Amino acid sequence: MKSLAELAELREKTKNEINMRADRTSGTRIVVGMATCGIASGARPVLNAIIEETAKRKLDDVMVAQTGCIGMCRLEPIVEVFVPGQEKVTYIKMTAEKAIRVVNEHIVNGKAVTEYTIGAAE
Amino acid sequence: MKELSLHILDIVQNSISAKATLIKIEIDESRINDIITIRIEDNGIGMSSELLKRVTDPFTTTRKTRNVGLGIPLFKLAAEQANGRFSITSAEGKGTVVNAAMQHSHIDRSPIGDMAGTFRGLFSMNESVDFVYLHITDNGRFEFDTREAKKMLGEETLSAFEVLQWIFEYMNEGLTEIGAVLY
Repeated sequence: MKSLAELAELREKTKNEINMRADRTSGTRIVVGMATCGIASGARPVLNAIIEETAKRKLDDVMVAQTGCIGMCRLEPIVEVFVPGQEKVTYIKMTAEKAIRVVNEHIVNGKAVTEYTIGAAE
Repeated sequence: MKELSLHILDIVQNSISAKATLIKIEIDESRINDIITIRIEDNGIGMSSELLKRVTDPFTTTRKTRNVGLGIPLFKLAAEQANGRFSITSAEGKGTVVNAAMQHSHIDRSPIGDMAGTFRGLFSMNESVDFVYLHITDNGRFEFDTREAKKMLGEETLSAFEVLQWIFEYMNEGLTEIGAVLY
């Protein structure tokens, strides 16, 4: 059985990661829609996939945040990616698998996954 | 919503929008009494009595992008369709309490679902907010207070991946231990 005291051990291990996150404001932001429409259509697994994949790829300066209603509820789950110096990219009808691809291709390799964007849908 | 844990995630978003710094979620499930109660309390900005009167109406919302607000009405519906009750109290400058009660054995009672998953999402994105989760069953109680966890970590942050993962496993272990019926 785990006990809270184990967190003290984890502290040592994660010290570096925590320090890097403190400087997050200079990095990329991934914003996940968490309004009722987003949650109802599957935003939680999308968020969890993003958390896992950004950790796997050691993307310590990437900040994940929630947002409320974006106004296009039928297109939820929506994920907005803000890379400094670039235009915002809005991904729609996201799933956990699509989120993993977005983290790898857009965040890591710098190439937006255009087929998942709102532009492609129009 | 497919699970009550998603309703809880939704209502907590309201608390966060209300600038709450402490959000308490209590789930009390008793097979013996055939009841599940869910209580979500925050110390956010609260609602005026005028807004409180309207808040369960699906056409009431504080957002500007649409003119419907379904979070509260859907949770109320989930409680009532399981032979339950729903109530909200709030005071400006003090905070809000949302209460939902429902019959544990009712065929239309949504499963509680992935509470640890809901908290993993919340902790990853809300560093500066503290949460207290209390889950009570006929066999025991499980409590997780982010203030205790932050003391152990010695830092203000819970959002490091290994920490989130550890908390996820710790919660599921604790809930299994007390015989929580999540599905």
